Amino acid sequence: MDVIVTDIAIVGAGGAGLRAAIEVAEQDPSLKIALISKVFPMRSHTVAAEGGAAGVVKPNDSFDLHFDDTVSGGDWLCDQDAVDLFVRAAPEELTRMEHWGCPWSRDADGRVAVRAFGGMKTERTWYAADKSGFHMLHTLFQTSLKYPSITRYDEFYSTELLVEEKRCTGLVAIELRSGKLVAFRAKAVILATGGAGRVFPFTTNGAIKTGDGMAMAYRAGVPLKDMEFVQYHPTGLPGTGILITEGARGEGGLLTNRDGYRYLQDYGLGPPDPWPRNKAMELGPRDRLSQAFWHEQQKGRTVETPFGDAVNLDIRHLGEKKIDERLPMVRELAISYVGIDPVHAPIPVRPVVHYTMGGIDTDINAATPLPGLFAAGECACVSINGANRLGSNSLAEILVFGARAGRGAVAFAKANPHGSERGAQAKAEAAQAKIRALFLNDGSESAPALRRTMNETMESGVGIFRTEESLKQSCAVLADLRNRFAQVRLEDRSNVFNTDLVQVLELGAMLDVAQTMAEAALTRTESRGSHQRLDYPKRNDEAFLSHSIASFSAADRPAIGSRAVVITRSRPGERIYGGGGS
Amino acid sequence: MSETITIRVLRYDPDKDAEPRFEDFIVPYRDEWVVLDALAYIKEALDPSLAYRGSCHMAVCGSCGMMINRQPKLACHSFIRDYRGQLVTVEPLDHFPIERDLIVDQDDFIEKLTSLYPYLVTEHDKPLSEGPNLQSPAELAAFRPFTQCINCLLCYAACPQVAINEAFVGPAALAIAHRYNKDSRDSGEELRSEVTDSHHGVWDCTFVGACSEVCPKNVDPAAAIQRTKISASFRWLKERLLPGGTS
Ligand SMILES: Cc1cc2nc3c(=O)[nH]c(=O)nc-3n(C[C@H](O)[C@H](O)[C@H](O)COP(=O)(O)OP(=O)(O)OC[C@H]3O[C@@H](n4cnc5c(N)ncnc54)[C@H](O)[C@@H]3O)c2cc1C
Ligand code: SF4
Ligand code: FES
Repeated sequence: MDVIVTDIAIVGAGGAGLRAAIEVAEQDPSLKIALISKVFPMRSHTVAAEGGAAGVVKPNDSFDLHFDDTVSGGDWLCDQDAVDLFVRAAPEELTRMEHWGCPWSRDADGRVAVRAFGGMKTERTWYAADKSGFHMLHTLFQTSLKYPSITRYDEFYSTELLVEEKRCTGLVAIELRSGKLVAFRAKAVILATGGAGRVFPFTTNGAIKTGDGMAMAYRAGVPLKDMEFVQYHPTGLPGTGILITEGARGEGGLLTNRDGYRYLQDYGLGPPDPWPRNKAMELGPRDRLSQAFWHEQQKGRTVETPFGDAVNLDIRHLGEKKIDERLPMVRELAISYVGIDPVHAPIPVRPVVHYTMGGIDTDINAATPLPGLFAAGECACVSINGANRLGSNSLAEILVFGARAGRGAVAFAKANPHGSERGAQAKAEAAQAKIRALFLNDGSESAPALRRTMNETMESGVGIFRTEESLKQSCAVLADLRNRFAQVRLEDRSNVFNTDLVQVLELGAMLDVAQTMAEAALTRTESRGSHQRLDYPKRNDEAFLSHSIASFSAADRPAIGSRAVVITRSRPGERIYGGGGS
Repeated sequence: MSETITIRVLRYDPDKDAEPRFEDFIVPYRDEWVVLDALAYIKEALDPSLAYRGSCHMAVCGSCGMMINRQPKLACHSFIRDYRGQLVTVEPLDHFPIERDLIVDQDDFIEKLTSLYPYLVTEHDKPLSEGPNLQSPAELAAFRPFTQCINCLLCYAACPQVAINEAFVGPAALAIAHRYNKDSRDSGEELRSEVTDSHHGVWDCTFVGACSEVCPKNVDPAAAIQRTKISASFRWLKERLLPGGTS
């Protein structure tokens, strides 16, 4: 087995991981950085983000307003100290991206342009046409090439953390090209592995978003926080789940049902002004919009398509010129994947799993409870997103907390030595033995079949609306799948680029993550943000103004605990959208 | 039996195969499927050992470049319906070493890209307190098309120069260099010219234009290379002929 000794190891080279790597390199060029990613950095899913990144810049905007939108958008489950810090740091980070060359869209006077976004009171979303994440990722990746202290390990699949005497001392990864197992010994480790939307069957998330880092931390004893909160985006293309950005509604797009009626006015989001009003109608928060779709569907007012029910997203009135200028990708995607040119016809859309609010438990410095382990980006839960993330906060979050994780790791690495070589060796050999067992044992369970069952039970039991019955059912199925997974069969026994092995390991991670989602959802007998219980339709601050904390246990299910939310200055109130909100 | 379509895939596992071979798979025909969906079907239902790259399924991550009926294409953007009634032959991208099945070695591209200083080069670090640079929409438009490259490498597979000359920096890397050269905030053109103006930079290009034809993002690397050639000629002339030049 190869051993690589580095100072700081970063797993994940999406927006959060790259930002962290650059921060470490800038803070202390003498520190060696190993940047490990299962795909080339520019393939990371940050690339798919369209709409933009939030940060206060306009004179009529303020940190307080961004704070209020975020905290009420998150249904008061956000830690307010974290949100305060976040909104203050976001504009600086976005400016830094500009200095690094990010091609942000501009106003006529040459200033960076900002657009409206769902749940945001004023325009504060920086965007690069409708390819914001793409441009951010490439800017970060290309900028990272400047720093000689960053060594990249592209297409290395990380399987577990090295933990010695209650401290994280590195990790183990498979070099996909050779099949070799490599131990990375590091003084500090940052997880930046992204979200886990793939536990659901219908998602905007790419095939690589399988919650690996969450599962690695969880198995190493680090809890996962607020996992029951899964965001549905209201506008995905039926069939593929490809996202139509909220930017389309920010520019004035309308949602109508089968009768051409703007149904959102029936769900407390009106009045239906003909122009976009911030925080109202189509610019309401994602949880409310996705829930409204479900109600329309119950009433039989949705549009039938070959790929399930949908509603219409209409941007025709923007005209071809504006559509091409502001929303070129929306047009391209709609034409390619549903055969509809939005210049001439409305686009069919439906809610689709989009974002995991929950994740690895960290404090506001991106540190996890395990010393030496940091986490940032979608895999982490700080928490600034609470029960419902506001669109465009996460592209800012990956920068703000990626950088903080970098700084935290630098401080930790300077204060602590490496773990022992022998400890690393022993742990890495144990990891290797587990993988070898997959190669040698003829398991009886088919991985695709287990995955399909997991996907189905997550959709039917842990979807937009949940009940005790549906959740119990899903929890039982998932516990059973976990047991069956012990007998999973690896079909491909080659060493080089064994993507069957990768998929099996990803499935193992997803099963852990799915279980924490379902079990935490079962425990939370209230409705808050994206977590809606038909049997407990009201928010219950007395019992549940708290984060759920899911810990790995020897039993076949996680243990679910809780921790109070940090409230500094905003007492839980009513979430008001529509005319009442402005 | 409902309609099917045959996908012929180039297979190669260096652990087992002396050389690449073709294998046919019969998959259901689905109007809405792209080739990437057909490959996923094969992997799930017919042969789990099939190796290919792909993630976003929306033509933006650049993972899934391959030869489809001998054309360099994104598998997630090539609809099965466009091949109805035909045999669909899928091979790894031309001009790259095969690692396994449809997966090729792309390290060489990243090295070439890195050699071109593909980031904003400025004379001074601008303090954050000064806020963002100003850049007019027209200044943005001057380089914006060249920011659209998803590094899918279809242009390398299409390029006849890449085929015969390993050292050629190639279309996408040169397009990205041009993107920074044309950015009003950048002053790194001189630095990049070490590579762009060198023998294996723009001068290797014989202007066939195949790169721009296959580019799924309309980056037009051929135009980037042409324009860099013009700038390079000026730089050359300036050094030799103009007052203050070196000779
Ligand atoms: C379609 C879409 C559109 C979006 N639009 C917006 C938007 O407009 N605004 C906004 O704010 N947010 C948006 N989001 C959300 C936002 O893009 C993501 O939350 C964010 O980009 C996540 O970044 P990340 O760096 O945490 O993770 P990612 O970019 O997903 O990167 C994860 C990294 O971890 C690596 N990795 C994972 N597992 C392993 C392993 N086992 N071993 C090694 N490496 C591993 C991967 O290779 C990858 O490099 C959107 C999301 C989607 C899906
Ligand atoms: S220039 Fe076009 S074809 Fe070449 S890598 Fe970039 S996007 Fe792909
Ligand atoms: S899968 Fe991302 S470009 Fe095809």
